[in-house]
Amino acid sequence: MKEVFIYDSVRTPRGRGRKDGSLHEVTALALSTTVLNNIKKRNELDGHSIEDVIWGNVTQIGEQGACLARTAVLASELDENVPGISINRFCASGLEAVNLAANQIRGGAGNCYIAGGVESMSRVPMSSDGGAVAVDPSFTMNNYFVPQGISADLIATKHGFSRDQADELAVESQKRASIAWNEDRFSKSIVPVTDINGLTILEHDEYIRADTDMQKLGALKSAFQDMGETMPGFDKVALMKYPEIDKINHIHHAGNSSGIVDGAAGILIGDQDFGTARGLKPRAKIRATCKVGTEPTIMLTGPVPATNKILSDSGLKISDIDLFEVNEAFASIVLMFEQAFDVNHDKVNVNGGSIAMGHPLGATGAMILGTLLDELERQDKTIGLATLCVASGMGAATIIERV
Amino acid sequence: MADFTIKIDTDQIATILWDCPEKPFNILNFEAIKLLDSLVDEVLLNDNISGAIITSAKPDFAAGMDLKVLADLKNSNGANPTQGLFDGFMQMHTIMRKIERAGMDPKTNKGGKPIVTVLPGTALGIGLEIPLCTHRIFAANNNKAKIGLPEIKVGIFPGAGGTTRLVRKLGIFGASEFLLEGKTVDPIKAKSSGIIDEVSDTPMSDAKAWVLSASDADIVKPWDQKGYKLPGGAPYSPSGFMTFVGASAMVTGKTMGAYPAPKALMSAVYEGSLVAFDTALKIEARWFTNIVMNPSSSAMIRSLFISKGALEKGAVRPKEVPDQRAKTVGVLGAGMMGAGIALVAAQAGIEVVLVDRSQDVADKGKAYSEQYLNAGIKRGKVSDKIKDDILNRILATDDYTRLSKADLIIEAVFEDTKVKSDVTKAVLEIVREDCIFASNTSTLPISELAKASKYPENYIGIHFFSPVEKMLLVEIIKGEKTGNRAVAKALDFVRQIKKTPIVVNDSRFFYANRCIIPYLNEGLRMITEGIPPSIIESAAKQLGFPLGPIQLVDETSIELGAKIARATRAAMGKSYPNDQIDEILFWMEDKGRLGRKANAGFFNYNENGKREGFWTGLQEKYPLSKTTPNLTEVQHRLMFIQALEAVRALEEGVLMDIREGDVGAVLGWGFAPWSGGPLSWLDILGTPYAAERSQELCKTYGPRFDCPPLLADMGKNNEAFYERFSPEKLD
Repeated sequence: MKEVFIYDSVRTPRGRGRKDGSLHEVTALALSTTVLNNIKKRNELDGHSIEDVIWGNVTQIGEQGACLARTAVLASELDENVPGISINRFCASGLEAVNLAANQIRGGAGNCYIAGGVESMSRVPMSSDGGAVAVDPSFTMNNYFVPQGISADLIATKHGFSRDQADELAVESQKRASIAWNEDRFSKSIVPVTDINGLTILEHDEYIRADTDMQKLGALKSAFQDMGETMPGFDKVALMKYPEIDKINHIHHAGNSSGIVDGAAGILIGDQDFGTARGLKPRAKIRATCKVGTEPTIMLTGPVPATNKILSDSGLKISDIDLFEVNEAFASIVLMFEQAFDVNHDKVNVNGGSIAMGHPLGATGAMILGTLLDELERQDKTIGLATLCVASGMGAATIIERV
Repeated sequence: MADFTIKIDTDQIATILWDCPEKPFNILNFEAIKLLDSLVDEVLLNDNISGAIITSAKPDFAAGMDLKVLADLKNSNGANPTQGLFDGFMQMHTIMRKIERAGMDPKTNKGGKPIVTVLPGTALGIGLEIPLCTHRIFAANNNKAKIGLPEIKVGIFPGAGGTTRLVRKLGIFGASEFLLEGKTVDPIKAKSSGIIDEVSDTPMSDAKAWVLSASDADIVKPWDQKGYKLPGGAPYSPSGFMTFVGASAMVTGKTMGAYPAPKALMSAVYEGSLVAFDTALKIEARWFTNIVMNPSSSAMIRSLFISKGALEKGAVRPKEVPDQRAKTVGVLGAGMMGAGIALVAAQAGIEVVLVDRSQDVADKGKAYSEQYLNAGIKRGKVSDKIKDDILNRILATDDYTRLSKADLIIEAVFEDTKVKSDVTKAVLEIVREDCIFASNTSTLPISELAKASKYPENYIGIHFFSPVEKMLLVEIIKGEKTGNRAVAKALDFVRQIKKTPIVVNDSRFFYANRCIIPYLNEGLRMITEGIPPSIIESAAKQLGFPLGPIQLVDETSIELGAKIARATRAAMGKSYPNDQIDEILFWMEDKGRLGRKANAGFFNYNENGKREGFWTGLQEKYPLSKTTPNLTEVQHRLMFIQALEAVRALEEGVLMDIREGDVGAVLGWGFAPWSGGPLSWLDILGTPYAAERSQELCKTYGPRFDCPPLLADMGKNNEAFYERFSPEKLD
């Protein structure tokens, strides 16, 4: 089968996902076209040069509805012969877009794709698309549905992670993200978001709080304790599935969970011929991709089985991986990952993660893959693994290798 | 005589009068439904009728549906009972929808005839669902009336439009206590909750006036109008979303997922709230069919409604014995049990002589009733007069001669054969020869205790559960020589105090404790095996037990457990099988962890006595096992250990009627109510599988799970308990 390469990676800065966030005035469509136009321009993609745009997007309603991917292609400078498809693998949508594209090329369906995603969480609120998963009793009651925060706290309880451990991880994420920005480590991928007149709206990740410390985090109230213990009492539901646990320890709060932000990211993927024909140099090979389904109540354990599977599929060992990006959806996910594989935190999320910079649901997977590649190049390392936990009990992973 | 009759008055208003012949209450049966349909047709088609009032000739409106209707519907479609039920429910919806739409033009909503209901008193189940499809509900100001939809309590849910209509009327939040908890309320509360429309002293004339003045718009239901929105919001509206997300979690948490009916109800509500009204009724019918076909609902209806009712009406009472209702009851011993027995007897209008060795203790026993009644006054449930009347019926005394008038003695003194026998002899000197003497012992053999009496045929066990005023079951125990009059006396007394009786033969721990003790012991055994207590407790709660075995040990006290263990060991000698249990009980006792009363047991308690998680000190002696057992395995152990004991009780003739085995278990100690009881549960499993599974458990865990020959035999023949021991066959 054909080898598949990453040629370019582009992302917008992440804006606070609230009404006072800088990107709140920018449509999800505009965020998408910003990324698509930059990829086109940087790589001189003319005519029907790419097979498809696979666009991750979680809350596909309102302005993000009706196949935003196709609308974005038409609104961008890409040729109208390029189709466009929106996909939803929740938090891993951006990575899943890349994986789908890579495997299409492997299988011979075209030689170049743009894959990535977008989420304007300030404009299209999370969960505003409803969903049977949370509401239909014939599902929720038989499957012990609980919201993600409860699952994250359940993971912490099950693995014995304390609030201090989670807060330390959060402080470190903030510190690393600040350093990364100070040292310009994201510059290869970042493109500013501008207005119709070319004026800059946002050129840096604005969610970061560089002054975060243990005291500040210590003052925050746990976010999921009330819904867990009192109204409506999700803990009881989760514990029916996990009866060996006596009580859930609610360690997560706004400061050690991922931030709600707006942003978009895209990755240009192609085979060798594509690069040769256009004089583009491949930056990394996509070695392996994978997705898994896991128990949905604890929900967020996916990165562990996904990593096990992708390692075994690719014939690699955990020690072969130079750098990891494990999405910081909640601190306990990263702690669980490091515990499971005995991986040192020095190798994981070295430029900070979603706790510091935010997690624009549909885009994050592509963003962290780009960050991973940039950092492999900066450190001159070879192999990197990106993985995310996914709602409803799924996980996804990708291994890349510099060429 | 017909269940419904129609009369047209000079104002051209028809009154449809519900009056089931020869029954104290109206209940709806199959023929009556058809009759009602034809009367509604007459109202709608007869030009001389301008509107109608549906009401009852009895003091109450209706007590509900005749549950035989369900059986009839099941049989109505030959080999396909599911289709028969669904078609029957849809037919019901059609009739009720006809009332609701009242002949109006479907497009303009004009031209219908007003049809209202007048409730003189209680309106339950279908007795409220019919009113809900009429255009206005008037209730008499009758504070004894109960209004509600209690179906959920017998394992089904309102399936004649009650679910769909109440949710559309009140929203999911407002309707939840009525649909999910089966709450019933008086007319004033029913009006403030929005279930009914008017409460007055003159409901008939008010109803007539309303019918005469009703406009076209007045009789169109909100859900039949354009722009109708579900109160509180539909599932995918911004306001409804979180309500629906939370509702499932709350119901799951409350029911521990053990019951199928709340799940089916929730689905009917959710799916129904996403579509137009008529489609919602069809969905309700599908889920209702599903729940009626669920073996759990049949078993619950059978045990909690049919069998319970039959036992309360004296199904097992010796028929030849004349009325034995008690006039004066002597209660010996004014401790917790005696005090409770005195209270319930006095509440039932029986004179009580409460005797203890000192006046002080006797007074304390009576004070228990006073406190209880004061609490009732606070909640507005008891009046001062009622309280005084009840207390006046209780004579607290240390003078045994005051018992001379008693026709029933209930002894509730210290659980010791000698103490009991001394008091029996002393009291027999005082009471009349024909006085029936009952012991409230929970552990001592009745035939032994009866030896203290000159009249063993008049000696019987009446075993109450604690707290007496709250627990619904009373276990009556026949000693070897107990006569029929004593049995009848005990049954008539239990009927007076409005509890449910079961009658069993004498044997160690009778029936209830014979099953409960192994349940507790199995929990303790699992602890010694290193199974986390949280799994044991969760397994029990997810089966619908109100308390897990470990908590139950704490509640009943470890001291009591150890005491019973010592006594049993002494009685059984070498064949005593519970060394493992004694080890943990005695160890806990040594550690001073005596249970809730000591504020320290298998659980920790805070200074207010609130449980605060498991005591981890237990792991010093019983470290947690490295492997977590499967929840189902734990559940099977907890269920089988009781169910097999029930089978043995039946096999040995301790149980004489399987209904008593099932009703007793559900009411007595909350045995998985969704199953209808241990014998019903074995039927649901199927006896071949039950026999096989018990053998497996026996191999893995020991001979206490040995399959009783009776079950093995039934398994071989694939015979159900409710076939072989069918109560109809007994009659």
